[in-house]
Amino acid sequence: MSMDINNADPVALVVAPPVAGKPGRRKGGLLWLLNARLAVGLVILLVMGLGSFILPYFAPADPSVQATYMRNLPMSGVHWLGTNALGQDIFWFLVFAIKNSLMLGILVAVGVTIVATIVGLSAGYIGGAFERIVMLFVDTFITIPLLPILIILGALIRGNTSFFTVGLIIIIFGWAWDARTVRAMALSLREREFINMARFSGANTVDILAKDIFPYVSAYILVGFINTVLFAINTEATLAVIGLSKVEVPTLGSIIFWALSYNALFTGQYPWIVAPIVATVTLFLGLFLTSTGFNQAFASKRGVS
Amino acid sequence: MGVLAYVAKRFGLYLAVLFIGLTITFMLPRLMPINPVDGYIGQIQSRANGTLTPEAIEEMRANLEVLYGLKGDILTQYFSYLKRVVIDFDFGPSFTYYPTEVSTMIVTALPWTLGLLLTSTMIAWLLGNMVGLVAGYFHKHKAASVLEFVGILLYPIPYYILAVTVLLLLAYIFPIFPLSPTFPVGEMTWAKVGMIIYNSLLPAITLVLAGFGWNILSMKALAVATTEEPYVTYARLKGASNWTRMTRYVFRNALLPQVTALALSLGMIFNGALLTEIIFSYPGIGLIMRTAATGGDYNVLYGAITLSILAVATAGLVIDLIYPLLDPRIRTK
Repeated sequence: MSMDINNADPVALVVAPPVAGKPGRRKGGLLWLLNARLAVGLVILLVMGLGSFILPYFAPADPSVQATYMRNLPMSGVHWLGTNALGQDIFWFLVFAIKNSLMLGILVAVGVTIVATIVGLSAGYIGGAFERIVMLFVDTFITIPLLPILIILGALIRGNTSFFTVGLIIIIFGWAWDARTVRAMALSLREREFINMARFSGANTVDILAKDIFPYVSAYILVGFINTVLFAINTEATLAVIGLSKVEVPTLGSIIFWALSYNALFTGQYPWIVAPIVATVTLFLGLFLTSTGFNQAFASKRGVS
Repeated sequence: MGVLAYVAKRFGLYLAVLFIGLTITFMLPRLMPINPVDGYIGQIQSRANGTLTPEAIEEMRANLEVLYGLKGDILTQYFSYLKRVVIDFDFGPSFTYYPTEVSTMIVTALPWTLGLLLTSTMIAWLLGNMVGLVAGYFHKHKAASVLEFVGILLYPIPYYILAVTVLLLLAYIFPIFPLSPTFPVGEMTWAKVGMIIYNSLLPAITLVLAGFGWNILSMKALAVATTEEPYVTYARLKGASNWTRMTRYVFRNALLPQVTALALSLGMIFNGALLTEIIFSYPGIGLIMRTAATGGDYNVLYGAITLSILAVATAGLVIDLIYPLLDPRIRTK
């Protein structure tokens, strides 16, 4: 959920069922489309992921250290995107930013997925008063606007926080959307014929969970995971842009925070502000295409079989 | 009966959301390892260059603790907090702009936020749904996928990127709008209203763009699914025109999940509005929160967050109460 604010999950929520219900009438055309989507998304993620995790080993200096180079150098062979007003190399700062943002996103997504799956599945399967109380909390957490709470937390712990505390806070306030999705899934699975079929054929609970439910659920969890990565990167970046995250750590948000606070626009340092914009848009597009691509691929697979 | 039960259930959820939200707001600073009172005293001490006597500091601490409701055990604090917030809507004075009351500051900023937020959300929702409807209804045409492409491109872009890009494009490269907006205060004249609208256009464009993509995508998916329904085929066989089928058959049915989705995503839309205000220096609740956060003005922060929870929960309630008017199934059940 999120700051995204405009975050990812609602679309997954709304898009998934109709696509799944779409019969394979235009199978040929549709298959081509979804493969293209997924392929483009995966290629973007692969390039950016590998690049940002391997390149830092070749970094000439830690880009978060200020005054390493001359200030405000233009683009050149030595500094591909120039240097900023703090004497940091913009290209390397960006590489580290993508790496840190991706790492934070993946860590948060792991946490959120675990919490959401436990809460959602237990609510869906146990039902009754337990489900009602849990869903009350889920709905509350969805309704409460996240950013004000994060701003207060940011104001309270600013300076005394580590980068990972920020991730932890995002997990604490970000699990509700996914829990809602998982619960909806659990509810619909509970009623499915093939679950009953397996049960009547003598399969035990572990077998059913592993062989019937998990393959079905894993697709959604994967899509939810990617959406949560998107949400987490976005949330941290948002906090960083307004200066309430750990802005010394290079992330996709903190680079824009520094560019804005040093008025990169007025001083005409386009690379400083344009490069992170391009990188963020590309990364988010990659994540989004991968998530919807998977969604469609799984949907059509279920439709075909 | 159906409607009554629905309204009662929805109202119960509303109260629960408010209660849990206020409780979280109350607990947050008390769970933190940092004491705002110490922070203030540190600030005042440094302003006075460390000339305060220990007695003066003790007295100040006692005063501040009374002022911020930190006296007594946690239950007493909690109940007096609820009473102050719910019944009196009193958050005490602002620290930075002492002795201005927090509630006054919030009431001044609220119309700005509401005006920007309501207008842009309505436009984004209507436009996005219309484009999504066309893209979904004519999904077999090549041109429709162009519309969907717009949604795919816009949707995953975060608010802050949209805001900075819009600023870069429309205020810097093509200087149509001012880079740093000015918002006149005092009595309203037509000239001032025009100026406010002109200066609000950039944040509004950002918010519309941000909401637009999501609405296109979800409406398109819903419209595609609805178009395949037997009753739409029946309408076609009956001889209903394309327009009638699209608006009366597909749109009305696909609209319902979109209304629910709007109610659910209000919190996120609100987050986006806050951020947009901060980036564009638009004088709403978001800017107040941002200023208060950097200045350590906790009373203002708690007032603003309480109001945010209240506003979002109430808007959700209103939308959900309108829902039975759109969906006859709830009325007749």
